[in-house]
Amino acid sequence: METSLLEIQDLKTYFFTEAGVVRAVDGANVDVRPKETIGLVGESGSGKTVTALSALRIIPRPGRIVAGSIRFEGNDVLAKSEEEMRQLRGPKMAMVFQDPSSSLNPLYTVEKQLSDILMLHRKLMKKEASQRAEYLLELVGIQDPKTRLKAYPHELSGGMKQRIAIARALSCEPTLLFADEPTTNLDVTVQAQVLELMKTLQRDLGMSMVMITHDMGIIADMTERVTIMYAGKVMEAADTKTIFHEPKHPYTEALLAAVPRVDQRRILEVIPGNIPNLIEPPPGCVFHPRCKYARQICIDSAPPLEEVGKGHLAACLRWKEISLKGV
Amino acid sequence: MMMPQPLLQVQSLVKHFDVIERGVVRRKKIGIVHAVDEISFHINRGETVALVGESGCGKTTAAKVILYLEDPTAGEVYFDGVNVFETFEAGDKATRLKLRRSMQMVFQNPYASLDPRMTVYDIVSEAFLVHKHVPKEKWKDRVYEVLRMVNLEEYHAERYPHEFSGGQRQRISIARALAVEPSFIVCDEPVSSLDVSIRAQILNLLTDLQKEHDISYLYISHDLSSVRQISHRVAVMYLGQIVEEANTDDLFAKKLHPYTQALVSAVPIPDVEKKTMRIILPGEVPSPINPPPACRFHPRCPYARELCKLKEPKFEEYLPGHLAACHYAKDFI
Repeated sequence: METSLLEIQDLKTYFFTEAGVVRAVDGANVDVRPKETIGLVGESGSGKTVTALSALRIIPRPGRIVAGSIRFEGNDVLAKSEEEMRQLRGPKMAMVFQDPSSSLNPLYTVEKQLSDILMLHRKLMKKEASQRAEYLLELVGIQDPKTRLKAYPHELSGGMKQRIAIARALSCEPTLLFADEPTTNLDVTVQAQVLELMKTLQRDLGMSMVMITHDMGIIADMTERVTIMYAGKVMEAADTKTIFHEPKHPYTEALLAAVPRVDQRRILEVIPGNIPNLIEPPPGCVFHPRCKYARQICIDSAPPLEEVGKGHLAACLRWKEISLKGV
Repeated sequence: MMMPQPLLQVQSLVKHFDVIERGVVRRKKIGIVHAVDEISFHINRGETVALVGESGCGKTTAAKVILYLEDPTAGEVYFDGVNVFETFEAGDKATRLKLRRSMQMVFQNPYASLDPRMTVYDIVSEAFLVHKHVPKEKWKDRVYEVLRMVNLEEYHAERYPHEFSGGQRQRISIARALAVEPSFIVCDEPVSSLDVSIRAQILNLLTDLQKEHDISYLYISHDLSSVRQISHRVAVMYLGQIVEEANTDDLFAKKLHPYTQALVSAVPIPDVEKKTMRIILPGEVPSPINPPPACRFHPRCPYARELCKLKEPKFEEYLPGHLAACHYAKDFI
């Protein structure tokens, strides 16, 4: 069996707000193998981002990891000291955030934001760090990197800012990169540029990537395996082909049938209702209020995440009885 | 055979914004943003036309000018035979109101477009207050009726916007637009801020409302997948100009403009068996302050030749109902 680079088991990350305890991640299992790209799919509030933040241990307050285990390269991430975590973030695990305008510091030039990291983690001198920063900008396809190094984030377009955020995440050549909806705020043609760039970099640098997105198109294009999350829980996980062809969870099926496609016009099947409130999630299976296959048993008991095929996990009590349609 | 008159006719519409530098003493005009540059198209009754393009291409500005929410720089818009700009500039209040009633808009962000201090009842009935087309005693019935049209319940009327999810809020925006019984609604990215599982609900709702009430839509979006789903005809915009227009199926079957080709190829398809070859455009959309001369797309176009740098291509019909602005459109047929 292949060893995992990152292994998250039964992770529970809750936010202790005044309104109540928000179960943002409520028992998530994710594993990432070396040099592969996996997709973490979910809508807002599904816990996909918080799962990534938990692995990096950068959950904003009032959030806290309350249970579960996270192992990276065989070591227990949750047992590490803050100082050890700092050594891990950047050189080992890095993250590209959704909105580059808010993840770059508006007060510093591009050069400073990149070279500070290199001076800290790579112990480079200022001049070497600048040269390295210039190389990084070239790597992510920014033209005229010398002038761009002197620029402040507000002087750059959205696509360019996201490239710089990627350059920053890659600056210490991490073994694992979390990309949290890295193209959601970009135009489609720029999105194509950035996705192509990430694919090439992932291959050339031999790193693993966790692509966090709600876009099944990006999943089909970029990933080898997929984990589908809903309301803080993993609904289904399998290799990408299996997810698309033979989904075993009604949510996956519904998601595939509800998204419009550019290559065909078809009848969109509506998923009724709304995303559940995470303070008081529905009893039993969290998807049951919106599931067309739901029965009394789905309200009464919560489904375990069980093996439904080789390397294929699904959390549905009725997976054996129902036959689902892929694309 | 006489062609039926289109509901909305846009002719050579231009919208420029001045770029002003504010000095200590003087304000100086230092440039012009060519937001919309001579676009023409029409929308028939009961039809959905999509205006597609990336951010900054002028699609939202065009829609705002059509509704006279922004002053036009030049051009004409006719709605049901009525000159829109003349009516709003010189017409009396009654005609202006009448026109407003028939043309409505649903905005992109339902979190910003609904007043948080008004109940749904107030939001929807505000239209009755302005247009006085519903007698006061019928307000309640009519509010309930429009709420039911968008699949909301009567009890929702007493609630405030913050009590609703994104999809429900967008339903409220649609209900507000429907309250005046319009024949034309501009939908500006109505699903782009919604979760994927909710998008289909709103797209299907818009289609159903169109069938039942014969409403025409101008659907503004950068999301080609939803455009394919909902629209009958598509106009693709690039830097303030329409570069291609055709029936939706024709456009997706045969793309005559290299920009459309790149745009469509860039959309990831949710299907593992279909790997499209992405056409990656170099660089980014140039500034509309100094758009490139001749063909505006030539600096990024993979097929650009000498002619493209010298002469602006005409927007011509290459196949029945299929227009494009490219010197070499014939080669793509």
